[in-house]
Amino acid sequence: MAAGAAEHVSRTLADHLPILVVLAPFVAAPVAVVIGNRNAARTLAVLATVISLVASWLLLRQVVGGGYISYPIGGWPPPIGIEYRIDAANAFVLLLISAIGTVFLPYAFRSLDHEIPWRNHTLVYCCYLLCLSGLLGIVATGDGFNVFVFLEISSLSTYILVSQGCYRDKRALTAAYDYLIMGTIGAVFFVIGLGMLYMMTGTLNMADLADRIAAQGPNRTLLAAFAFIVVGVSLKVAIFPLHMWLPYAYSHAPSAVTVFLSATATKASIYVLLRFLFSVFQPEFVVATLTPQAVLLPLAIAAMVVMSFVAVFQTDLKRMLAYSSLAHVGYLLLGVALMNVDGLSATIIHLFNHGITKALLFMGAGALVLRVGSTFYDDIAGLGRSMPVMSAAMVIGGLSLVGVPGTAGFVSKWLLVQASFERGWTFAAVLVVASTLLTVVNMWRVFEVLYIRSPNPGSQRQSQPLTSAGGPAGRIADTTGDAPLMMLVPIWILAIACIWFGIDTGLTLGSAQVAAESLLSGSLGMADGAI
Amino acid sequence: MRHHLILRTVSKLLIGAILLFGLYVQFHGDFSPGGGFQAGVIVAVAFILHGIVFGLGMVQRVFPRWLVHKLAAVGVLVYAGTGVLGMFLGYDFLDYGAFSPDHPSHGQHWGILAVELGVGITVAGVMVSVYYAFAGRPPQMSDEDW
Amino acid sequence: MIDWQFIIDHANYWLFILLMMTGFYIVVSRGNLVKKVVGLNIFQVSVFMLYISIGKVSGGTAPILPVDLETEPGVVYSNPLPHVLILTAIVVGVATTALALALIVRIREEYGTIDEDGILAIEQAIVRGENVRHGDAMGDRA
Repeated sequence: MAAGAAEHVSRTLADHLPILVVLAPFVAAPVAVVIGNRNAARTLAVLATVISLVASWLLLRQVVGGGYISYPIGGWPPPIGIEYRIDAANAFVLLLISAIGTVFLPYAFRSLDHEIPWRNHTLVYCCYLLCLSGLLGIVATGDGFNVFVFLEISSLSTYILVSQGCYRDKRALTAAYDYLIMGTIGAVFFVIGLGMLYMMTGTLNMADLADRIAAQGPNRTLLAAFAFIVVGVSLKVAIFPLHMWLPYAYSHAPSAVTVFLSATATKASIYVLLRFLFSVFQPEFVVATLTPQAVLLPLAIAAMVVMSFVAVFQTDLKRMLAYSSLAHVGYLLLGVALMNVDGLSATIIHLFNHGITKALLFMGAGALVLRVGSTFYDDIAGLGRSMPVMSAAMVIGGLSLVGVPGTAGFVSKWLLVQASFERGWTFAAVLVVASTLLTVVNMWRVFEVLYIRSPNPGSQRQSQPLTSAGGPAGRIADTTGDAPLMMLVPIWILAIACIWFGIDTGLTLGSAQVAAESLLSGSLGMADGAI
Repeated sequence: MRHHLILRTVSKLLIGAILLFGLYVQFHGDFSPGGGFQAGVIVAVAFILHGIVFGLGMVQRVFPRWLVHKLAAVGVLVYAGTGVLGMFLGYDFLDYGAFSPDHPSHGQHWGILAVELGVGITVAGVMVSVYYAFAGRPPQMSDEDW
Repeated sequence: MIDWQFIIDHANYWLFILLMMTGFYIVVSRGNLVKKVVGLNIFQVSVFMLYISIGKVSGGTAPILPVDLETEPGVVYSNPLPHVLILTAIVVGVATTALALALIVRIREEYGTIDEDGILAIEQAIVRGENVRHGDAMGDRA
């Protein structure tokens, strides 16, 4: 509020952390365009991402014990102004997104050099920064309409990033177009739902919405709003029947872009789903609509089993991983459908674990693209022996995707199975295991291709570095030996993280449980719980 | 070059008026309907009209492609910079009260003018760059293709 | 018995539903990529209509305060907030349309067509080629 000077207390840097997370990449993007130099753009991207990472780490430290931090934009207090509200759940997702961004950048330098002409680089890094800022904004904000705006900022920049794959394969353009149509329909559904909420409550602040919805109880408009919001967000999450855009977008986008998207974009959307299911509409409301049992559970199981099954028949590593991502959306959804603390913490912890695992595997795929120009199984056959360091990391990633004890994937799957038993849904636990077996088949096939199969001399294409307006070919062409160091380091950081978070679950499990408890207990509403 | 004489003369007359009206909508936006979005579009229309009537080459001599892109980014920076300046003065992000602690409503006034100026620059830049992007592509399709 | 009063009272919602379904139908049914974008625009405009119509307060005037900030006590103002929100959504819509059209231009350059069926045929040919090549190389297991 525009308060007088006498009562104004100066805000310090520590107070600004919630906005700083989003603001750093958001400001860096136009600065990069104004400077217009690809090296400056890279430096700015690293700088902004690291600022976001540090800020989100500090935020998580503050809220991990419970409670929330509220930051009023423009000094207008929450129900009137836009509020950024950080609690354990979103601080954890903020950390995931900014950490993936930080690890991803050094990898992306090399991969993007190879796959996108240099003249586009400034704008590509600018789009990355906008995408990052959008994703962080979705998670940080406490205002419904703000979620939509950030959703569209991140989506629009994502469409551009996906379309940049057209220099390798022209199908990236149609993939980006399909994604744009589906994504926009999803966003519009979301806005329709918000409009109906606003009609009934006269507010857009999530906490205030929660208070007023709880006071009104379910009525027809609120139910319609709920349906529109769930369907709209589901399109962005790529929940089973609404998923068709995802495999195309992921397999034709530049490898580095796929790494970033697979680890963050669907995760942020899942967070929005959680936030609306549990904080805005309270758990009682959601249970009364039968959504978890009648809608989310069947779709989750269908996604887990069908998508893992479809993945078996793919001949392209990237596309197989994309279908496996869809199966993992099923796991995330199953945790939501369980509606208990263990299930929800399994979802939140799986957001993190699947994020790092899938980023690792897609990074491996990108390193293979650098080497042979594609990720078809017969093109990459036998490369495990000539790229031993990179392939070893991929094996760790594969094991974590399967959920072998001692890896990060095990923790979340174990928690999910446990939560299913606790709820009494034995069949769900059995189907999780069945889907895991299909994942074993998928990953075994990759290991077999990489290590056992002998190289295919006939089909092995040499990587074609971009020559048309690309960079100097001599620096890029790299067709022998292991992946370059700039790629190996991020890959191994993630591989070690996969093992580390499989053994030391203090950070992940701790934050996930606090987050799940706070989500399931419903929103604090406008009641004062700020730290 | 003598084609469309009326069109050329009228547009020459109009473009100045359009720009002036754009500036009016921009800076009078806090007392009457208007603001950055509308003003940006109106200013962009002046350039697009010039481009349509006199050709892309002519308008790009005044308003080259690189400048359009930079302006689109500069506008965002003006907006964000206004907010960050408030943060440096010890207030919340985009709290315009920071610019005039003794008389907050004046601060609100100045802040909204600065922010709307940023919006106007960006919108004008983006609209013109959208026009350039589509008009500037080498024609690859003939009329029969449609 | 049809409740005509109910239908007339909710005229703005009927308009919204009509526009929304029209736009949605065009997106789903048309094969031309440009027409799909037009449908998407109509779909988005329907939401703008919804928001703007719910901001109307009956008997309310334009929400602009007099210069001296002295409001008449009897004057009712319409709710300006939905308009502000929709201003943002319109900008998002413009950006989406521009991006979609830019993608269509590039698709036209690469594929030589902007018809969905034509594009699908080209892509299927590519996929079939890949399947044959990579399926053979994998010992027909693909």
